[in-house]
Amino acid sequence: MASFIQLLISGLATGAIYALVAVGFTLLWQTSQTINFAQGEFVMIPAFFVLASMKYLGLGFWPAATLGLIISVLVLGLLFKRIIVDPILKHGVLPLVISTIAFSLFLKEAAKEFYSAQAQPFPPLVEAADVTIFGAAVATQSLVVLGIAILTVGGLQYLLNGTRLGRAMQATAQNPNVARILGIPVERMILLTFMINAGLVAIASILISPIYLAKFTNGETLGLAAFIAAIVGGFNQVRGAIIGGLVLGVVDNMSAAYLSAQYRGALPLFILIAVILFRPQGLLGRAEERTV
Amino acid sequence: MSLTKRRLMLAACGLALLSTPALAQQTVYIPNVIELSGPGAVSGTNWRDGVILAMEEINAAGGILGRQIRTEHLDTQSNPGISRAQIQKVLDNNPYVVLGPVFSGSVKVNMALTQAAEIPQIVGAEAAEITQLGNPWIYRTAFGQQFSMPKIANYLRDGLKAKSVAVVWVNNDFGKGGRDSFIKEMKARNITIAADISTEQGQADFAADVVKAKNANADAVFVYSNEEENARFLREARKQGLKTPLIGETTLLSQKVIELAGDAANGVRGHIGLSADAPVPAIAEFKGKFSKRFNYVPDHNGIKGYTAVYLIKAVAEKTGGFDSKAFGKAMKGLTLKPETTPGILMEASWDENGDIDRASFLAEVVDGKQKIIEILPKLGK
Repeated sequence: MASFIQLLISGLATGAIYALVAVGFTLLWQTSQTINFAQGEFVMIPAFFVLASMKYLGLGFWPAATLGLIISVLVLGLLFKRIIVDPILKHGVLPLVISTIAFSLFLKEAAKEFYSAQAQPFPPLVEAADVTIFGAAVATQSLVVLGIAILTVGGLQYLLNGTRLGRAMQATAQNPNVARILGIPVERMILLTFMINAGLVAIASILISPIYLAKFTNGETLGLAAFIAAIVGGFNQVRGAIIGGLVLGVVDNMSAAYLSAQYRGALPLFILIAVILFRPQGLLGRAEERTV
Repeated sequence: MSLTKRRLMLAACGLALLSTPALAQQTVYIPNVIELSGPGAVSGTNWRDGVILAMEEINAAGGILGRQIRTEHLDTQSNPGISRAQIQKVLDNNPYVVLGPVFSGSVKVNMALTQAAEIPQIVGAEAAEITQLGNPWIYRTAFGQQFSMPKIANYLRDGLKAKSVAVVWVNNDFGKGGRDSFIKEMKARNITIAADISTEQGQADFAADVVKAKNANADAVFVYSNEEENARFLREARKQGLKTPLIGETTLLSQKVIELAGDAANGVRGHIGLSADAPVPAIAEFKGKFSKRFNYVPDHNGIKGYTAVYLIKAVAEKTGGFDSKAFGKAMKGLTLKPETTPGILMEASWDENGDIDRASFLAEVVDGKQKIIEILPKLGK
């Protein structure tokens, strides 16, 4: 039982990070019909912003993390939207998909050139210690990761549902033309969504890098996991992406412990296939119909 | 294109053609095919920098038999298929000896090419079977697992008095070879395998594996993986408060693992075939030169790459030329001592299979540094 609880909490902590990234996928999809295939690299890069701030500016971890978050929002949110998405989206979704794939390669190679191909140590958020929960020694790091992820998602939900700005963003997502008629600055709302996505991936990066280490290839695993989580949960629902992320994190840990370590990487793909076959809109997603 | 430009280009091409044989006569081509990206980047970068340092020293001192060493460092991307293509590429340029790779899986795939071309290949790989496949052109500058595992097994039995051990290993050629050799040695010493935990190369989350190791209630956990995965495992073990002694072989105690794992590496013990912290004056001098040149502390792969180049120099001087076949013959039963070949750093011998025998060390990580506990003599002594 103790190990089950350990695995559950550890899986939830990892899953919560997947959820943050998956939520970003769904936000971009809802507001601008953009699938960002560089999302994994978006999680990889902020860790290097933080490390570079510590190394070259001599900042402590928390100031560097704050600076890394700001740089991420500017580069992966504002600049990404202005320089890549805006000019290419006019030509359709497919050119944009290809552009994000190209951008992911650029980010990966840039991180490799700038910071070497080797993994880099990343400071832990808290000192290693245990907390006993139902007889199981649970790492405080897992609890802190889980706590920060829950706070972030909670804050985002409050922004979307509890504020005027959030409702304007939702209106933009549901029907940009009507939103525009109602006087909502649609373009600004979409830009804001990109910046929120950048903030989410930066937080995910700071949470996951102490465990995964900062490495230029990290985006491959994380991007795929978050993409699967978003599809499993429902690509058009934020809460679906959250559930998808948590399910994936827990299933990954449980399958490695109780089923087969060798096939742990395959199980999320089986779930993905099952969802696509039997519930294509995802666990919590709503079916979308297209008028002909 | 104007006539003048065309003439200039023709002249340049002519000069290049004329100068090629002269260049070949003045140099000896020793290419290095190595992991510079992918999961093997840590090992490969250390190996490459060791090779660079040795070649710079040798070239500055006049080269080998008056010839400057010419090299290139080709990235295998830690991918066996790409390593094979890179080996084929360098073989087309008539190398004297080929250096690398470090990953056992890559060596097993590409060593048939150097064997067919009858070109010696010096590798950093440790999988036991590499030198047991009857390939007379393959040589190591590191212990094969069949030599290192008995040493760690003796330590577990005699030093740690372990009755049961959990094994955590990486599911690649290196890991599988090590796991098989280790379990064989454990059985020979009546030590029970409490858990046999397979992990994947490039794996990032080790929570489930640490829980399994914890639940095994063994007297020790033997961790045998590549550098980054080792570091992630140690971090997770620390995170989950795993109290069982963590024992490893060379990579677990390497400089890079200590750097990546931070405090989580403290207390790790094991056998190391080579160490930059070994109490050997020549190695201490090498460590100083390497750190100054590359701005980081080398691990065992740096020493492997460095000694590989000096091994080539010693054999070329012994045979009096650059005949690859003569190199192969001279390697059988060769012993080099640092008194006569300083770059070899420690006395080393090569057997008929190309395996190396050398003194090695028992070590522990204390305050983020390797501390050598005991020097183990050469097996052949």
